[in-house]
Amino acid sequence: MTRSILIVGVGGQGTLLASRLLGRTLLAKDYDVKISEVHGMSQRGGSVVTYVRYGDNVASPIVEKGEADIILSFEELEAARWLPYLKKGGKIVVNTQKMDPMPVIIGAAEYPKDVLKQVEAAGVEVQAVDALRMALEAGSPKAVNVALLGVVAQNTDIEKDVWEETIRTTVPEKFIDLNLKAFGLGYNA
Amino acid sequence: MKKLMLGNEAVAQGLYEAGVRLVSSYPGTPSTEITENAVKYGEDVIWCEWAPNEKVAMETAIGASIAGGRAFCAQKHVGLNVAADPLFTVAYTGVNAGLVIAVADDPGMFSSQNEQDSRHYARAAKVLMLEPSDSTECKEFTKLAFDLSEQFDTPVFLRLTTRIAHSSSSVEVGEREEVPVKEYVKNNQKYAMLPANAIRRHVVVEDRQVAEAEWAETAWVNKTEYNDTKIGVIAAGITYQYAKEALGDKASYLKLGCVNPLPLNLIKEFASKVDTLYVLEQLDPVLEEQVRAMGIDCIGKEAFDLKGEYSQSMIAKVILGEEKESIALDIDIPGRPPALCPGCPHRGLFSALKQLNVFVSGDIGCYTLGALPPLGMIDTCVCMGASVSALHGRNKVRPEEAKKSVAVIGDSTFVHSGITGLVNAAYNQSNSKVIVLDNSITGMTGHQQNPTTGKRINGDPTTAIDLEALAHAVGIERVIVVDPYDIAATRDAIAAELEVEAPSLIIARRPCVLLKEVRAKMPKPFEVAIDKCVGCKACMKIGCPAISFADRKSSIDFTQCTGCGMCQPLCKFDAIKGGN
Repeated sequence: MTRSILIVGVGGQGTLLASRLLGRTLLAKDYDVKISEVHGMSQRGGSVVTYVRYGDNVASPIVEKGEADIILSFEELEAARWLPYLKKGGKIVVNTQKMDPMPVIIGAAEYPKDVLKQVEAAGVEVQAVDALRMALEAGSPKAVNVALLGVVAQNTDIEKDVWEETIRTTVPEKFIDLNLKAFGLGYNA
Repeated sequence: MKKLMLGNEAVAQGLYEAGVRLVSSYPGTPSTEITENAVKYGEDVIWCEWAPNEKVAMETAIGASIAGGRAFCAQKHVGLNVAADPLFTVAYTGVNAGLVIAVADDPGMFSSQNEQDSRHYARAAKVLMLEPSDSTECKEFTKLAFDLSEQFDTPVFLRLTTRIAHSSSSVEVGEREEVPVKEYVKNNQKYAMLPANAIRRHVVVEDRQVAEAEWAETAWVNKTEYNDTKIGVIAAGITYQYAKEALGDKASYLKLGCVNPLPLNLIKEFASKVDTLYVLEQLDPVLEEQVRAMGIDCIGKEAFDLKGEYSQSMIAKVILGEEKESIALDIDIPGRPPALCPGCPHRGLFSALKQLNVFVSGDIGCYTLGALPPLGMIDTCVCMGASVSALHGRNKVRPEEAKKSVAVIGDSTFVHSGITGLVNAAYNQSNSKVIVLDNSITGMTGHQQNPTTGKRINGDPTTAIDLEALAHAVGIERVIVVDPYDIAATRDAIAAELEVEAPSLIIARRPCVLLKEVRAKMPKPFEVAIDKCVGCKACMKIGCPAISFADRKSSIDFTQCTGCGMCQPLCKFDAIKGGN
């Protein structure tokens, strides 16, 4: 049985590190893992998505509409944008941060009101967390990604120390403590 | 040891294990990380370099191969167009040590200006082409490609697509096989392609294709997998994975690892064993047309698409008629197109050009995003280097508008193929105003060094092109340097230059704000003093993603602001504070 996680956000928010930490942790648990990333032009402040799939034998690295077990969104509007990718009965983990896209900045569109309430109204389980606050508490706004990973970790049956070991062996040494702290705050959220 | 590796990273591991001596490439999404990862093995193990362009890179690899060292170059699909000249002739000379050419196509155009299918190059140049379908195959096919190159005395293509190059899966990491540099024996009938020799080599090329096709019939990379035989699928690369995901054991498969030349007998045999044959391939019907040419009936492009990517849901829908349920909100979700980063110096340059209301001949790089609102300042963008040459053409047809026209080109793109355009502007006497956006790095592909930065691929110091001296040397007398963070001064300097009846090189010099050493020296984020903000939106005109507007006031997102300060002079009410 293959499980699918979508990690979505705004280019520059550090979604790639989150997906790599997730992938390495899953590999450490002997899952077959495939991750699909987006590089290049779309990365520059645009809506970005990374697909993570794991199970006994994964064929396709991409996730499509109606296929994701979990969507991890780094931003509220992005949660709504990628909602159609969620499987029936799937769950959304979302950071309560709002970032205006360029059409909103230039006044060509409006940022929809109460986005998360509307997602919940569609019958979807939503776990909303203030990961920016956690990241700042850990010591850097950049740690939003690892704080959110902590929230996702809490939704899996993988032991906390396996996640922590991946963080220790992946991030540069001087950022290990900061990231472990951010992860812990997310894990206990 | 098992490692999770990007397809590109696994290709680099394959280069290491295959005893490769030299890698020369020009960055291009989605191929860049192959060369970036090959560097990590150390330059005494594999000499890696960023070449000025793909043609130079391929020729460097050809030279190394003929000299006896296993060699490699990587490029994106459009980069192969630049290297097409050496490609077609190295197919005639063949190799000494193995020569492998990676080409990464971008179906769906995530980061490209077109969607061309590089398999046409394999057929046109008569070069064997392998196509892996996951990271393990990326590594194994890379190693096989070197063996085949030496076995058949030919360059070998390794074709990737975005979803293979930029997907990770597990790879068993192996040891390097030390392949000594082979003897070089002078043989100009083989390596010097003047007509008399080339005529004889063409015979060799045609015979080689026949021998390769015979190998392909039983090669391990071409695999049949028989399940339910009502549906048969011929596919390669990522499309095979999509088909497996969608159809599982409801179909039988012929998975092609070698997409040129094709194993025609194997295809015939497979086709005879299945009821309905589907040929699944993204982009052009390269396989389908060859299957049909054998008189085999199949379903291909008439049921699928020539454009964009395939996927598991697309295949499930067409072949099985199945669709997954999904939820959608009944609200308008504004798009989030890519944008120039907060603090990007290109934003300052385009803001200045917007005030001058000029025609802008554009080029390939981060600054192509200057075409999007609210700046909207790029008029044309065709290919690497075209900004400079096309502006010259425009100025010859519309000389009266030369004073309202400029070209913009990044430092790396200028070296890639803008210099020859500048030579043409000087030599053929146009008043072209060429602006080099010198941000001291190759930006869009993720920060690679280039011949203007003074650093090699591994960060070692090296010589740097002196753009001012270069312009003078080709006959451009007027060269000015501006700082795009100072929008008003940049505007005035360009305006003055536009009035001059001579070609100019204008260097807009300010390093990319994402460079670590630059970022470390930037001031703290700016803030809007709410009591002073009158809500005039003047600061919004530069389209900075960090500035938003709500409740009649502007605000600056401290998580995004880089402290560049370009917005500050735009506020006539002194409401933007910071800069410390």
